[in-house]
Parts: sequence; structure tokens; C-alpha cells
Amino acid sequence: MMATARVSQLRASTGGETVYELTGVGKTYARNRVRALEGISLSLERGSFSSVIGSSGCGKSTLLKIMAGLIPPSQGRVTINNQPVRGPRRDIGMMFQHATLFPWRTTIENVLLPIEIRDGKAAAKAAWGRGEKLLDLVGLGGFESVYPDELSGGMAQRAAICRMLVTQPDMILLDEPFSALDEISRDFMNMELQRICTETNATAFLVTHSIAEAVILSDRVYVLAPRPGRIAEVVEIDLPRPRTLDMITTPKFGALVERIRTRLDKGDFE
Amino acid sequence: MTDTAPDQLDDTVWVEKASLIDSIPRPVQIASVAVVFITVWQLITLSDLVPPIILPTPLETWNDMMFVGANVLSGGYMLDSLWTTVKTVLYGYALAIAIGLTLGIIVGETAFGERAIMPYLVAIDTMPKVAFAPLFVAWLGFDIDSKVALAAFIATFPIVVGTAAGLHAPDANARMLFKTMGASRWQTLYKMKLPTGLPQIFTGLKIGSVGVMAGAITGEFLGGGNGFGELIRVAASQLNTPRVFSLILYLSLVGLALFAATSYAQRVLVFWHKDRVIGAEG
Repeated sequence: MMATARVSQLRASTGGETVYELTGVGKTYARNRVRALEGISLSLERGSFSSVIGSSGCGKSTLLKIMAGLIPPSQGRVTINNQPVRGPRRDIGMMFQHATLFPWRTTIENVLLPIEIRDGKAAAKAAWGRGEKLLDLVGLGGFESVYPDELSGGMAQRAAICRMLVTQPDMILLDEPFSALDEISRDFMNMELQRICTETNATAFLVTHSIAEAVILSDRVYVLAPRPGRIAEVVEIDLPRPRTLDMITTPKFGALVERIRTRLDKGDFE
Repeated sequence: MTDTAPDQLDDTVWVEKASLIDSIPRPVQIASVAVVFITVWQLITLSDLVPPIILPTPLETWNDMMFVGANVLSGGYMLDSLWTTVKTVLYGYALAIAIGLTLGIIVGETAFGERAIMPYLVAIDTMPKVAFAPLFVAWLGFDIDSKVALAAFIATFPIVVGTAAGLHAPDANARMLFKTMGASRWQTLYKMKLPTGLPQIFTGLKIGSVGVMAGAITGEFLGGGNGFGELIRVAASQLNTPRVFSLILYLSLVGLALFAATSYAQRVLVFWHKDRVIGAEG
């Protein structure tokens, strides 16, 4: 398996190695002089799962767009593997609230789209096997040549996960990936996401406004305070791994959720 | 439940009843409209309300259609006429598609096109385009060229508008996704925007296919030649109304065939069921 080979290769590398780093990042929109972000510093270690949580308009989306290289920061430094991020990169994968699969492409053609765009059709064809393995990994084996209009919302998001992973990114950015799904599918997909991240040893950064979702998935939760967006608190989640949905009912989980909720409320009324 | 009498059940069960119209097959419904139309037409011609020279009877029209059909099938002069008109329509349509798609992409894809070129296109589109026919004849002569130009001129604008609208169809998610994949402008255009916009582009093409017929016939009315438009003009000047009617009916078949071909191309190219990107609902 490609995934296990990758895991062992990465385990051999130094533990606690920083993959992604933000130093004093700020963003001011020149047009209306709104300070969206101020002094954001964080460093993400290989294989770690971090979340950022905050109320609407606290700059979460701006932060993620900067991290993806879609917009430049006004101040500060953004690096991946010690290289500056100056635009979209193949070692950064991203996933959104909507799967956005294109209906004229089969599922695997959608998964291979990033390769086709970066390296051409021949490279995409050569990566066919990798695409199939990824679809197997997310439980979509056998759906390769199915058109996306036959996939359910959850299945479409699984295919979107494959599309994000197909370039083997070092960093994956998740923008409320399952918030358009119903609650039952969402819980299930979160557990699936945990499994996939573990199997691929992915370094993940999740934006969400569900406190429970942030806590169940993350090693570390960054609580963002609004206007301007800044890190109000960093909460280490020391629940054992692998996480299970049962943990939601434990007192420890409840305490962590409560701590974040209190911090968020304070942020809103400051 | 078993001891409930059937007639009592009838009172409690709300059964969906198909309406009378829905139970008739569609071809029968279409045919019935034709029957009513032809009957009314026949009654009017029988009633002496209109002189036969103004409105021929359905039978006279039918007989003339048979005559025209026989002439076309036996390779008579009407076959040449029909072929001239069909050629005009096809050349005009091809020209309109080429110019319409190009202008549509310029207008839909570039800010300059949208800001600076679109106003001129709208201004030209609001003109009565048929009025340009004498100009085209003066510029391009009495041959087929002037008719092709008018046909293309009329059909181009809906294609431009459809293409520009189609390129604006993709939502923010699809654009963002292509950005994160580092797609070039050209890749974004032909791998995402054009396929997403195909339904709107085909709407423009269908409207254009109707316009191209109108343009070709108008051109032939005003610029001579030997097309069906010229035959209609001659027949009308001889007060041969059955001939006018039958030629118009044949022309409508040509128009229908062009429209059907466009619809068929759409069904083949836009084979997916929903005209939106999957997973972008809500």
C-alpha cells in the first residue's frame, strides 16, 4: 500500500518536525481598512491535527486563504517546509464545504484533476492507480467510473478528500468540510477523516464553527477572537487516540468544550 | 382491516386520480391541435368570409406541397432553390457560432470586454438588424454572401450573450478550487468555465438557430438570388397563395431540423442530468 509506505517513510523522519509556520501574520483589507487578522503565529508539526474555531467574521476564512496561498498576508511570514508560500502549491491540499465535483468527469477523473492541471493528461493517466488506491482508502472502491450525480453528499465529500490527497500534499487545509452534510453523516465522516489522516500521516488544519468537531478531531485548538482576528487561546486536547464518538459523553470532553465555549463568549463581548 | 368493506375503504383512501388530459398520449394531443386548426381553416375558407386568393383551402395547400415536394425530389429547379437556402442557413449558422463564441469568450472572460465591448454589442443588438440587409447587398452583391452575412448578423448576438452568461455560471467554490490547484486562466476556461456554461451556451445557440433562418429568408426577399425566399416573393407577387403557404411550411421544416440538430448536440455534449456542479447545493 502506498499509504503505509508513506507512513513508515515519515515515521523515520524526525518526530515533531515543523511542517507549516505562520509568524506574525496580519491582513488588512486596503479597500475599507478592515483589519481582518493581527499577529497570528502558529507552527504545525508533521502528523498533527489542529483546528481554528471562532465566531462568524473572526477572520477564519481569511486565515485559511492566506495559508493556501490564495491571498497574500499584509504582514508576517508564511512558510511550508521552510519555503515561503507565495501562491497555490501542490504540497498544500485544500477541501471546502462543498465537494464541487464536475458532472462531466467520472469520480476518478475528478480525483485526478489536480494532477491533470499541474502535469497534464499523460501524468493523470499514469497516476490512475494512485487514484484507485485513494478511492479504496475512503471506501469508494468500485466507484471509479461512476459520474458524481450518482454519489450521495457524503460520498461526494469522500471523493473530494481523494482529490485533495492525490498530489500527496504535506499540509491539508479543511474549510468546514462536512458542514453541508446532515449530522449523522458528519459524525461518521469526521471519524473517517481521522482514520484517513492517521493512515496518510497528514498534517491537517481545520476551520470549523463546531466546538465538538474541533475537540474530537484535534491535538490543538486555536480559539480566534474577532475584530481583528487574533489567537485568544490555544487549547491542547490530550484525549487519547484514536478518538471515538463515545468520548463526546465523557466529563473530560465536556470540560474541554466548556473551556472553549467560555473563551469564545468572552471574545464576542470584549 | 380485513373486515372493512371495500366501499368503506373507498371513502377513507385518498387516491390520486390522473386528469383526463394526462391519460391521452402526447402524439394524439399534438395531432388533435392540428385537426382543430385545419378544421377551423377549412370552415373559414368555406364561409366566403375571405376570398380564396387571400386564404387558400387546406386541400389546395396540401396539393401544392405535393407539387413542390415532387419537384424537389425529382431534382427540379426547386431543389436548387432549397439547396441555396440550406447552404445560406448552414454557412450563416457556422459563421454566427464562430463569431458568437469568440466574442462571448472575450466579453465573458475579460473585464475589458465586459466593460468596453459589451455596451457596443448591446447597442448594435437593439438596432433592427433586418434594416442592414440593403447594406449587405451593396457590400457583398446579390449572391449568397450577402444573405449569409445577414443570417449570421442576426444569429450572432444570442450566442454572444449565451456564452458570456455561461462563463459566469460557475460558482465561487469551483473558481476557488481551480485556484488552489494552480490552474492557468486557459485551463480554468476550457476545463471548468466552458463545460459548466454549456447549458447557457446552447440556449444561445438555439435562439441563434431560429434567427439564422429569419436572416436567410429576409436576405433572399431583399437581395434576390434563387433561394426559397425569392420563390416566396415571386409566388406572392403572382397572388399564388397556396405556393406561399407550402414554401413556408417547407422552410419551417428546415428551421425545425436545425433546431433539432442543435438540441441533439446539446444532449450528447451535456450528458449529465443536472446543470450544476455536484455537491454545490445549499
